[in-house]
Amino acid sequence: MARIVSLTLTFVVLMFSLASGKEPINLGALLPMTGSVAAFGQMGWDGFQTARKIQPEALGRPVELKLSDTKSDKVDSANAVSRLIEKEKVVAILGEMISGDTIAAGDYAERAKIPMISPTATNPIVTQGKKYIFRVCFIDPEQGRVGAKLALENLKAKTAAIIYDISQDYCVGLKTFFQREFTQSGGKIVSETMFKTGDRDFTPQLSRIKSMNPEVIYAPIYYTECALIAKQAREMGLNVPILAGDGVQAPEFIQLGGKDVEGVYFTTHFHEDMVDNPLAKKYLELFKKDTGKELDAFAAQAGDAYFILIDAINRAGSTDPEKIRNAIVETKDFNGVTGKITMKPDGNAIKAMVVSKVKDGKFAYVTTIMP
Amino acid sequence: MPDENPKRDKFLTFISLSFLLCFLWYADNHFSNYTLRILNNIAIFIILAVSYNLINGITGQFSLEPNAFLAVGAYTSAIFTLSPEEKLRSFIIEPMAWPLSEISLSFPASLVVAGVVTAFMALLMAIPVFRVRGDYLAIVTLGFGEVIQVVANNIVSVTNGPLGIKGLAPHTNIWWSWGICIFTVLCVVRLVNSSYGRAMKAVREDETAAMAMGINAFRIKTLAFTFSAFFEGVAGGLLAHLITTISPSLFTFLLTFNLLIIIVVGGLGSTTGAIISAVLITWGGEALRLVEEPISVLGFEYEGIPGMRMVLFSLILIFVMLFARSGLMGRNEFRWAILINWLKRRKTSEAKNQ
Amino acid sequence: MDLSFATQQVIYGLTLGCLYGLLAIGYTMVYGVLRLINFAHGDLLMVSAYVAFFGIIIFSLPWPVAFLGAAIFTAVIGILIDRGAYKPIRKSPRISALITAIGVSFLLENLALVLIGGRPKSFPIPTLFNGSLSIGELKVPVLSLWILSLTLVLLVIVIGIVHKTRIGMAMRALSRDIETVSLMGIDENRVISFTFALGSILAAFGGVMWCMRYPAVEPFMGVIPGLKAFVAAVLGGIGNVTGAAIGGLILGLAEVLIVAIQPDWSGYRDAIAFCIMIVILLTRPRGIMGENLPD
Repeated sequence: MARIVSLTLTFVVLMFSLASGKEPINLGALLPMTGSVAAFGQMGWDGFQTARKIQPEALGRPVELKLSDTKSDKVDSANAVSRLIEKEKVVAILGEMISGDTIAAGDYAERAKIPMISPTATNPIVTQGKKYIFRVCFIDPEQGRVGAKLALENLKAKTAAIIYDISQDYCVGLKTFFQREFTQSGGKIVSETMFKTGDRDFTPQLSRIKSMNPEVIYAPIYYTECALIAKQAREMGLNVPILAGDGVQAPEFIQLGGKDVEGVYFTTHFHEDMVDNPLAKKYLELFKKDTGKELDAFAAQAGDAYFILIDAINRAGSTDPEKIRNAIVETKDFNGVTGKITMKPDGNAIKAMVVSKVKDGKFAYVTTIMP
Repeated sequence: MPDENPKRDKFLTFISLSFLLCFLWYADNHFSNYTLRILNNIAIFIILAVSYNLINGITGQFSLEPNAFLAVGAYTSAIFTLSPEEKLRSFIIEPMAWPLSEISLSFPASLVVAGVVTAFMALLMAIPVFRVRGDYLAIVTLGFGEVIQVVANNIVSVTNGPLGIKGLAPHTNIWWSWGICIFTVLCVVRLVNSSYGRAMKAVREDETAAMAMGINAFRIKTLAFTFSAFFEGVAGGLLAHLITTISPSLFTFLLTFNLLIIIVVGGLGSTTGAIISAVLITWGGEALRLVEEPISVLGFEYEGIPGMRMVLFSLILIFVMLFARSGLMGRNEFRWAILINWLKRRKTSEAKNQ
Repeated sequence: MDLSFATQQVIYGLTLGCLYGLLAIGYTMVYGVLRLINFAHGDLLMVSAYVAFFGIIIFSLPWPVAFLGAAIFTAVIGILIDRGAYKPIRKSPRISALITAIGVSFLLENLALVLIGGRPKSFPIPTLFNGSLSIGELKVPVLSLWILSLTLVLLVIVIGIVHKTRIGMAMRALSRDIETVSLMGIDENRVISFTFALGSILAAFGGVMWCMRYPAVEPFMGVIPGLKAFVAAVLGGIGNVTGAAIGGLILGLAEVLIVAIQPDWSGYRDAIAFCIMIVILLTRPRGIMGENLPD
């Protein structure tokens, strides 16, 4: 009996491989599908899948995405990446979403010489000293500096208060570089308060900020916390403009915050109105059709990571990881979802930064800045 | 039942350890890096489970602090092995405090330091902590774990805050992890079988009675606590150099829960159970990744549902506890005599059947 | 720091404290009867939040119906958890039940994650609970008044049930000695189910109130409040209903006041809360209201 089953199985497997004709190209998708930042992983997965629908092939071979869950945890990130490389034999990896877990996975990928592109790991130390690790997002210093400029020049603020999440590298990174730029350019930080991921009550921090009368609040945090902070601030009559980073660009930000997030400024990667190339337009359309949601910054960059990788594989003309890596470095003015992207040899991306604002329950375009 | 035979048992232990070493040698040369990584994880979790079991199972003090000890051990060893250049490079928020920024030690030395620092911290903690008992002890130790994590986020000039420490050399290999694992198990087994170990069990069964018999319960508890802290600290160092980066988010109370699950599923108080269950749960967590992959059997396409792994894990956990109520091993330990007996009985019954 | 600032912080602290308290009461009741730390209790908050959310958004029920439905549904889930995961191992070591509790907690979180998704949902707040009153310089959110009064009413009801009714008497008896009670002809499983139902209803109300105050519904929303409520219950003397409420208030007030008075320490907020708990437990090893029973 067992023999019959195994024979049939082999037969079925054979049939399938014959039916698809060509051997697929295996790419790894390393995402936090469970655990504390599962929401980001699910956003990234939506992005990858939409992108794959648009470009399902590379070098005339079908692309297969092997999803591996990191449980939002370093041990599992390292396990997952080694599984992708050793067992699934992937030629390149897309992910992780969080800097800390990308570092954990990146160390392994670097040693195995498998290129890896992270959509949203913004911390500078992620690509530091690495040859095979890339990202399509900005790094924290750039965004922090642009945020400071925005506060000083566009919002004409001399004093700022900062509220940030002490347990997220993203938030601490943005805050540090905002603070440096802002004080160096003559601004003054009147209050600096913190909270920890999972906190939902920010009233004492905000009361303190209110008593210091700043002209702007810099809140470089993720969308859930930022929406709640805006809500609680408006409730206590703190009506100072809030400035945030790309972590708030998700439809949930407006759903959660409602009218309280009106007027929140943020630095980010793209704005729907500014999307001009056909690939991005197609992506936007398909994403909305498939998920029924507005495109968020996480999925947009996931899409870009995928497109850049496929483009690199096509240019390399091979699935050799070394050649793919070299092709990624040569990416120049790639027309992606979030605009023109150029890769630097240090693994970071050069691209324009968009400033947006919440207006009438929608994200409205304000300006574009080249960092 | 044949008597315990110390000479024969020692010999058998020696033989089986040699087999294990041969297996590891074979694994090191032939297995993929992925399998080796899981083997490393297993070794580290055995160290953690066995030493955590000492305080929770053998001494019966329900405490929830291993994430704190692991964090202290991991950070200590990481800070000491990280090269000064890397320290200069990755501490971008605040430069690292002198003299930590200059010090660098070899990997084995850093493990010892990690163990000693963690054990010392346990010693200091024991004085206030063991004033409370039972579930109150659990919550106080849980509190310590949370405090350590918060502190690690805040003292940026030592820990690099939430950015964590990265760029550690991948020192942990199969020999280090399994070597220390075997050493830990031997140490713990010896301790449990010594008069101290019997005192620990006495404290577990009835603290008042143990004290009436002249056992200093506080000292015994502190001994178990410090001893387990030492090995947890060393395991922290191993873990740090296995994944080559650490940050406070690695050491949440979920890590403690994971260890608690391991020792209870194995059978609280059984070192053998802790080992078996550490192997099963560490390996099982990876094996369950199957359910998240697309599978096609006989034309049926199963898409693979992301996240199913954890759902299944929790269901299996509940069922195991419902059916093996005192864990897989209860409080029993593996003994050569039991195995030999069982083999003999099988032989005779086979002979009878024929 | 002036008086109105301080009063304002006390109002915020009390609001947060009451939310912790509501959860802590459920924790403490289950503990009192079964000596079981029900780690899944915090996740019931998440369950009730999702039920209320779907009730209002998808089935467009009026909010009182949705809230009541959430309470009933959560109570049923609470009883089911007890029957399925805790009852079969009531005679086993206490720690086994603790592990199944962790298992149930993981199961609820990950089921929500797989079935509903991890992205947070915005909780619709009925107008009745919106806005805030201005008294001089003070701003009192209307919801704070609701939370305070609801907590007080529920606390009185629970104390009344525990001390004045037959089933309450049975609950108190069970907490002393399960075996003797069952010998006296009391169906202990009925009493335990009742306890779980009552505790779950409190968690459900806590969950709905929590969502209106912090309107983001997500699979892991119950973890931190659950942990804090556990701390609050221990702080007050675990097993004691009034103690749990007091513990919740202390924790809420401490968290808010520390940050308000010394914002530089806001990064250490949780650590300070835990340190307060540790200090209190070291001076009163059985919590504030705890009785000095032998183990």
